[in-house]
Amino acid sequence: MPPIAYLDHAATTPVRPEVREAMAPFDGDVFGNPSGIHAVARRAKTALEEARELVAAVLGCAPGEVIFTGGGTEGDNLSVIGGARRAARSGFGRRIVVSAVEHKAVSAAAEALVPEGFEVRVVRAGADGIVDLDDLEQAIGPGTAVVSVMLVNNEVGTIQPLADVADRVRAMAPRAVLHTDAVQGAPWLDVAAAAAPADLVSVSAHKIGGPKGVGALVVRDGVALEPLLIGGGQERGLRSGTVDVAGAVGLATALRVTAERRAADVERVGRLRDRLAAGLAAVPGVVPNGDRTRVVAGNHHVRVTRVAAEDLLVALDREGVCAAAGSSCASGALEPSHVLAAMGLSRAEARESVRFSLGYASTDADVDRALEVFPRVVARLRGVTEPAPVG
Amino acid sequence: MSGGVDSSVAAALLAADGHDVTGVTLRLWGGATDSGCCSVGDVEDARRVAAQLGVPHYVFDEADAFEASVVEPYVRAYDAGATPNPCVACNQELKFGRLLQRARALGFDALATGHHARIRHGADGVSRLVRAHDAAKDQSYVLVGLTQRELAHLAFPVGELTKPEVRARAGALGLRTAEKPESMDVCFVARRDRVEFVEARVGARPGVIVDLDGNEIGRHDGIARFTVGQRRGIGVAVGERQYVVDVDAIDNVVTVGPPAALLRGSVDLVDLTFTHARPGPGDVLDVQVRAHGTPRRGVLVGDRVELAAAAPRVAPGQIVALYDGDELVGGGVAAA
Repeated sequence: MPPIAYLDHAATTPVRPEVREAMAPFDGDVFGNPSGIHAVARRAKTALEEARELVAAVLGCAPGEVIFTGGGTEGDNLSVIGGARRAARSGFGRRIVVSAVEHKAVSAAAEALVPEGFEVRVVRAGADGIVDLDDLEQAIGPGTAVVSVMLVNNEVGTIQPLADVADRVRAMAPRAVLHTDAVQGAPWLDVAAAAAPADLVSVSAHKIGGPKGVGALVVRDGVALEPLLIGGGQERGLRSGTVDVAGAVGLATALRVTAERRAADVERVGRLRDRLAAGLAAVPGVVPNGDRTRVVAGNHHVRVTRVAAEDLLVALDREGVCAAAGSSCASGALEPSHVLAAMGLSRAEARESVRFSLGYASTDADVDRALEVFPRVVARLRGVTEPAPVG
Repeated sequence: MSGGVDSSVAAALLAADGHDVTGVTLRLWGGATDSGCCSVGDVEDARRVAAQLGVPHYVFDEADAFEASVVEPYVRAYDAGATPNPCVACNQELKFGRLLQRARALGFDALATGHHARIRHGADGVSRLVRAHDAAKDQSYVLVGLTQRELAHLAFPVGELTKPEVRARAGALGLRTAEKPESMDVCFVARRDRVEFVEARVGARPGVIVDLDGNEIGRHDGIARFTVGQRRGIGVAVGERQYVVDVDAIDNVVTVGPPAALLRGSVDLVDLTFTHARPGPGDVLDVQVRAHGTPRRGVLVGDRVELAAAAPRVAPGQIVALYDGDELVGGGVAAA
C-alpha cells in the first residue's frame, strides 16, 4: 500500500481526537434518554443542552434556535420542504427559489414539492461558480416562500454572496424565508457572521471532524417550519425522535475546535492548497474551474484536458491519492456534475474535471505526494482515455 | 464484474493466484429504472464480492459509449431489417475495446472477465481462443472479433470450470453471488419487449407481407417485428408452415415462404476478423451462427463461407463464428 494522501475533505473528514474523547462517555455510562425525568435521563439531558449552547455560541444564535438533525441533508430538506409547506399553509406563497449550484439535498427537495403545487425557480450561476444576483432578482417575487442559496459550493468551493442575496430577498419578498446550506462553509468561514442574514442555516458534523449522521439546523426565532419527522415532539416539535446525544456532543465539540483553530487552519491549509494549485498548473492542459479568488481555503477544482476524470481518479487512487469528481450516484458511478453544467462547462469538459479538497488534517506530505503522482499519471492517461464522445 | 457469479469467481481465482486484482463494474445503462441490467443491486453485489476478496472496486460510467456503440446500432439494425447481436458489439466496443484500453493505460497487465472460454498462450507467441471446458456454457461465440491485440492481454479464468464448479467455488468462498440466477436476455431490453423497445425509438411503418412470388398475402405493423428464419407471429395463415425468408427495409416488405425457401449453400460475411490467421484455403471449419447453435461444416472462400450442406439462411446482422475444432479462428457478420 502506498502512503495515503487524503485530498477529499469536502466528502468527509477524519474525526478529531477531541471529538472522539468528548463522545466516549456516551458509549458507556451516559446512555439516558434526555426526555426522561430521572437521574440517568438528566445526565444525558445536561450533556445535550450543553452541546446545544456550544453549537449556538459558535453559530451565533440562541440555544433555543438550534435543532439537532441527522445531518446536512436533513437540515436542507427540513428548511426547503418545511418552509415551503408552512408558507403554503399560511397562504402567502408557493414559489421556491434555489440556485443552480445547490447541493441535491436542496434542489431535489424543491423539485419534490412540484407535485404539491409549488413552483421552482432555479437561479443561474456564472462561469465563476457564483450565483447570478440579477437572475435572482428576476426569480424572486412577493409569492416566494423559500429562497435557498448555499454559503459555499460543495464542488468548486466558491463562496456565495449571501449578504447580497439576503438584501434582494428582504426587498422583494419580505415574507420569504432564506435558507443557506452552510455545510461546506463551516470548515472555513465564521458561520455566525457569514450566515447571519439567513433565517435557516444547516451544518453537518462530519465535514468538520465530527461524526457522520448528525448536524444542526439553526431556525431563527419567529421562523416557522412544518416538521418532516413527527411524533414525540422533540427539538421544539421540528424533529421528533430521541436525540443522538453523543452525536450532538460530537458536533458541538467539532464546531468548537474548528472555530478555535479556524484562523490558523485557513492560513496553513490555504498555503498548502496554493502550493497544490501551482504544482498542478505546471502540468499542461490543467485549467482551474470557477473563480479561484473567491473560494474557500481547502478547495481546488481543475479540468485536465483529454483525460477522463474517472480514469484519473482511479490512477491517483492506485498511487494512494484520494480525490473526487462530481457526485456519485447510487451505483458509485460518477454523474456529470450539475454544478459544472450550470457554470457553462460542456458534458465532456465536466467529465475531465476533478476536485482536490484539503482539510484540517492535510499536510505538506499530502501535497508532495499528489504533486509527485499527478503529472506522471496525467502523462500516461492523456489522450488514451478520453471521455466517450457524447452521442 | 457484473455482479454475477462468473465474474465474481473469475476475480476470486485471480486473487487466489496472487495477482494484484482490481474489480471494475461498467455502468452501461441508465440505471435501476430502465431494465434489469446495471441495477444498483448488481453493482452492490460486485462491490461486496470485491470487498470480500480484499480488492479495490470501481464503477466506470460507460453509458454514453454503450448508447453510441451498442444500443443505437442495435436499433438501427432492426430498423434496417437486420438481426443484430448487441452482446458481441458490447464485447468488441466496450469490454475488450474501451475497457481494455483504459486498463492498459491505467497500468494493468491484463483484463479478465467471467466469460466461459479459454485462451491458450502458445510457445509460438500466439494466443489461441478455445471453447470453454463446460461445452454447454461455452461463450466463445460472443467473443468473435478478438484478435492477438486483445487476446495477449486477456484472461478468462472460469473457462476451465463447469458452471456447477463455478457456483461451488463461489459458495465455498461465501460470495453472495453464488446462487444468483443467470441473465439470459439482451440486458437493456430485459424487462421489455424487443419490438416495443425498437419501435419506441424509430417508430413502426405498417407494410405488406408477400409470398415468394411477390403476391401480397398479409400486412405487418413494422419490420422490426421480423427476423429471417422466424416462424411464429407472422400473422398469415397459408396451408404450409411459413417462415420469414427476407426482410426488405427499403420497400418495407416482409417475404415469407416454406422452409425450403430458407435454405442457402453459403453465407457472405462482412467485418471478418481472425484471432491470429486466416484459415488455410480449403480448411474445413465448424460454422456456428447462434450463441449455442449446432455448428455446420464449411470452408472460407474470400469473405464467403461455403457450406458443406445447405442450411437455413443466416439472418443479416447475425454473428458467424468459425472454429477449427475447439479453437475459434475468427468470424464476421452475416451480410444482407
